Amino acid sequence: MPRALQDVVFVDGVRTPFGRAGEKGMYAQTRADDLVIKCIRELLRRHPELPKERVEEVAIAATTQIGDQGLTLGRLAGLLSGLPATTPGYSIDRMCAGAMTAVTNVASSIGFGAIDVAIAGGVEHMGRHPMGEGIDPNPRIVAERIVDESALVMGKTAENLHDRFPHITKDRCDAYAVTSQHRLAAAYAAGKVQPDLVPVATRHVERGWGLATVDEPPRPGTTLEELGALKTPFRPHGNVTAGNAAGLNDGATACLLASQTAATELGLPVGMRLVSYGFVGVEPEVMGIGPVPATEKALRQAGLTIDDIGLLELNEAFAVQVIAFLDHFGIADDDERVNPWGGAIATGHPLASSGVRLMTQLARHFEEHPDVRYGLTAMCIGIGMGGCVLWENPHHADYGKES
Amino acid sequence: MTTSTTAAPSSTPAVPAEVVTHTPVQDVALPGGAGTLALVTLENGQDHTRPTTFGPRGIAELAATVARLRERAEAGEIQAVAITGKPFVFAVGADLSGIPYVVERRQATEFASAGHAAFAAIMDLPVPTFAFVNGAAMGGGVELALACDHRSISAGVAAFALPETFLGLLPGWGGCYLLPNLIGPANALKVIVENPLSQNRMLTAKEVAALGIADVLLEPADFLEDSLRWAGGVVSGTTSGQRPEVARDEAVWDSACDSARKIVLAKSAGRATGALRAVELVRAARTATREEAFTAEDEALGDLTMSDELRAGLYAFDLVQKRAKRPAGAPDPSLARPVTKVGIVGAGLMASQLALLFARRLGVPVVLTDLDEARVAKGVDSVHAEIQGLLTKGRLSPDKASFLTRLVTGSTSKDGFADADFVIEAAFEEMSVKRQVFAEVEAVVSAECVLASNTSSLSITEMASALQHPERVVGLHFFNPVAVMPLVEVIPGEHTDDSALATAFATGRALGKTTIRVKDSASFVVNRLLGRFMGEFSRMVDEGTPVTTADRAVSGLAPMPPFVLLGVVGPTIALHNSETLNRAFGDRFHVSPSLRRLVEAGKRGYYLMDDGRPVPDPEVLAMAERPENPVELTVGQARERILEVLAEEVGLLLSEGVVATPMDIDLAMITGAGFQFWNGGLCPLLDREGASERVVGRRFLPPGVASVPAG
Repeated sequence: MPRALQDVVFVDGVRTPFGRAGEKGMYAQTRADDLVIKCIRELLRRHPELPKERVEEVAIAATTQIGDQGLTLGRLAGLLSGLPATTPGYSIDRMCAGAMTAVTNVASSIGFGAIDVAIAGGVEHMGRHPMGEGIDPNPRIVAERIVDESALVMGKTAENLHDRFPHITKDRCDAYAVTSQHRLAAAYAAGKVQPDLVPVATRHVERGWGLATVDEPPRPGTTLEELGALKTPFRPHGNVTAGNAAGLNDGATACLLASQTAATELGLPVGMRLVSYGFVGVEPEVMGIGPVPATEKALRQAGLTIDDIGLLELNEAFAVQVIAFLDHFGIADDDERVNPWGGAIATGHPLASSGVRLMTQLARHFEEHPDVRYGLTAMCIGIGMGGCVLWENPHHADYGKES
Repeated sequence: MTTSTTAAPSSTPAVPAEVVTHTPVQDVALPGGAGTLALVTLENGQDHTRPTTFGPRGIAELAATVARLRERAEAGEIQAVAITGKPFVFAVGADLSGIPYVVERRQATEFASAGHAAFAAIMDLPVPTFAFVNGAAMGGGVELALACDHRSISAGVAAFALPETFLGLLPGWGGCYLLPNLIGPANALKVIVENPLSQNRMLTAKEVAALGIADVLLEPADFLEDSLRWAGGVVSGTTSGQRPEVARDEAVWDSACDSARKIVLAKSAGRATGALRAVELVRAARTATREEAFTAEDEALGDLTMSDELRAGLYAFDLVQKRAKRPAGAPDPSLARPVTKVGIVGAGLMASQLALLFARRLGVPVVLTDLDEARVAKGVDSVHAEIQGLLTKGRLSPDKASFLTRLVTGSTSKDGFADADFVIEAAFEEMSVKRQVFAEVEAVVSAECVLASNTSSLSITEMASALQHPERVVGLHFFNPVAVMPLVEVIPGEHTDDSALATAFATGRALGKTTIRVKDSASFVVNRLLGRFMGEFSRMVDEGTPVTTADRAVSGLAPMPPFVLLGVVGPTIALHNSETLNRAFGDRFHVSPSLRRLVEAGKRGYYLMDDGRPVPDPEVLAMAERPENPVELTVGQARERILEVLAEEVGLLLSEGVVATPMDIDLAMITGAGFQFWNGGLCPLLDREGASERVVGRRFLPPGVASVPAG
């Protein structure tokens, strides 16, 4: 049976404000599933033109799928968000690229024509579910030296990356981190970040209810001097610090994807068009390099080169892995096209949720830059992978034409 | 008294420690730049199984919080205040656990006015105030919401009520003033009086919004976020905070109060003093200033708190809420055996009712048996028809109805009982019949299968005596109508073992019933006391006291006048009960010749319905006794006599050890015979009117347990 592929568009994306993980964090006593439910509810509220029964899939990512992040979260989150019983759902785990994979999965279902409208997102409450909670690594990993033990500790893989690229110094990383903080502060000041944040009622038995409306992790006044004084917890006299890496965070994201046909039929706005995507594995000990081959693959599939890309949203798990990517593609550390509103070093990185934050922001950058035709979202992934999704700007004059 | 759940204040004056409701505040940025809202959470630090209540310390904390908010509002730091609750609970009102310890009226009025002062301070805040009713709201919780300018309610709220008059109190933290001025007197009185006196009915969130008590109904998933968004709109003026004006016409207002008063009188024979005073406070609310109204509420609370009716009401509430859940004398619940299939002997009305109850509540196969095919078919058909009726009314889903329909089957053979764990007989009330039935059942079932009897009067020990396994026989006496009446009397025979008894208690509980352990004795508790009551009532009438006089003498005692009750129970059953009791206990149980003639004439009752009102059937009147020397008692004499014979019977029940304590008698009369909360069932009434001391020489309950203790 011959069949035509459908174009897939990113309609809209939202996220909760991100919190600091731990007892003092604003989400300390707020459930993880509730965070992602608020995001789904916000998408439905923003798009009354979308009949709820038209949502044909809910894919939600979480790295640690136990407790309030377990129980086939995508399905239950759909039900708890008021989607009809006929809307199915499932859970996804690809570590940090969970939400990104949720997007590419449902996008593929749309592209194939199996469905027309879907919600994809992710959540990670690292306070309630610290990385590595309940894991049971196969002893063969060590016995057969399948990977170096350091591969399971992300900070150590970042130190390993410094070994591979000695020219990426700690100072460069710290400088990158300061820029990230300042860019986020500027974006907040300009009111760019807030519109896509979902206010979340925060439960706390001693403090009472509150309302989270802004990110908790940013340290806008960060200086190089301060960063220089931080400890290097992963290696004595090492390079990776709490200042030049993303923190431990709580938060959730969700976005709405549709076939171009369904978007037109329902009157859904188009934020971006999916061009191509790639996931590629690398040595787990240097997982941070993953976005490089993933991006090369996505570009190759699209028949584009890095020169065609006008905007980049890169997840900042560690400054060193972002700089390694930029070096590879010959882009300056402070290039304006990269993370114009700062990145995860400032906003935080609730593991499986981050992919959609990159996409939501890229869609906003596209609105501001109709001159840019293509952009990308990319991130490194634990246990040695990278992911990259290429998008086309619908506001560009040549949108929809052959490139 | 060691098994009492209500401590006697005279011996142990320690007031239970207050679970304090705290009022933490967080500032919230209102959406749309409407400013800062101070969000107050009502939080007692415990989960939803211990709902938030207000005691003196909680009220003091609330008052301090509001005072601080006032300063901040005046300083321009906050532009709005909102109050919400912990998950699933807004607040369920005043903590009543301290009331039994109040010995002076002043203590009650002080607590009342402290609450008023705190709520008035909320009303007087110089910024808009909101209540976000996120969960259960009752009594003072509802009044706290009413003290705010605006209210949102979550569609997930299942319990919203002003239940005070149900207990004998009244909404005394502004409810009687604020609610009628918000939604008008007629609707307010529905909430304040009619619903509480109708099995304490609660409002759904939808009704709360429809009545205009809440301004907006919001979905539960993001209720707080939505409420804040709505509040932002109200504060900034983009959302209207307007609501329709209440019509203040005096005649209309008064007529609403008059009809509510009539309803209260009809439902309580004038004994629901809390409800009656609530009606008058609502009447005054049309013109009263806030100060006048709040002071009047304080005074009313002071009076009511110092009334024995309220203390009895709280005692009864405690019995129903707590003692009913931990039946006295029940064996360790872990000894109970699982019940996976139920047999019912008999396919008559009682058996069909039991079949439906067992199927619905236990979800296990239920087999009905009777002597012939026609009776079996009729019994099973009636259960299936009931299920169909529930389906039609939307009370059951099609799948559930299909499940229940297939659960209930019938047969003329008892072979279907072979794999049952629990067989209950509802056969003809005759010892030889019951013994034969059990012998037949024993031939089929396993040695562990519990054999229960729904007898209302016969000896369990005797019923079991010829069986191979008498230790598995237990009495389980249900009340008609089975689906409505909460009580089940559980009666162990002489040989009943703990496992069978535990299974009976567990089954009763699984059926949603209140269980009470009763000694194997003629007619157990409820029928014995009702029999004595009805017998003495009939005796007085047979001796010459007019029915109307006798009715007035017992008003407010039973849920309906005795001869009306006679029609509900059925004259045949009533006669049978009185004869059984007369045989067992002698002449103190009167068998009325009039009643016998009435049954012989095939009459269904004493009254005929004429245009919806009961009028005495002239044919029945013609059958009445005509004593040679009529003795006509006054209302007072008749009441004294009825209460005294009841006191005598209660004394005997206790001395014979039929039940462990007076509390079990009261719980039985409340849940099995619909006796009143404000009488505490029966014993507090007998103590209150002196009957117990006159007849038995002592009170049944120490002063203070269900009455106002001496100061």
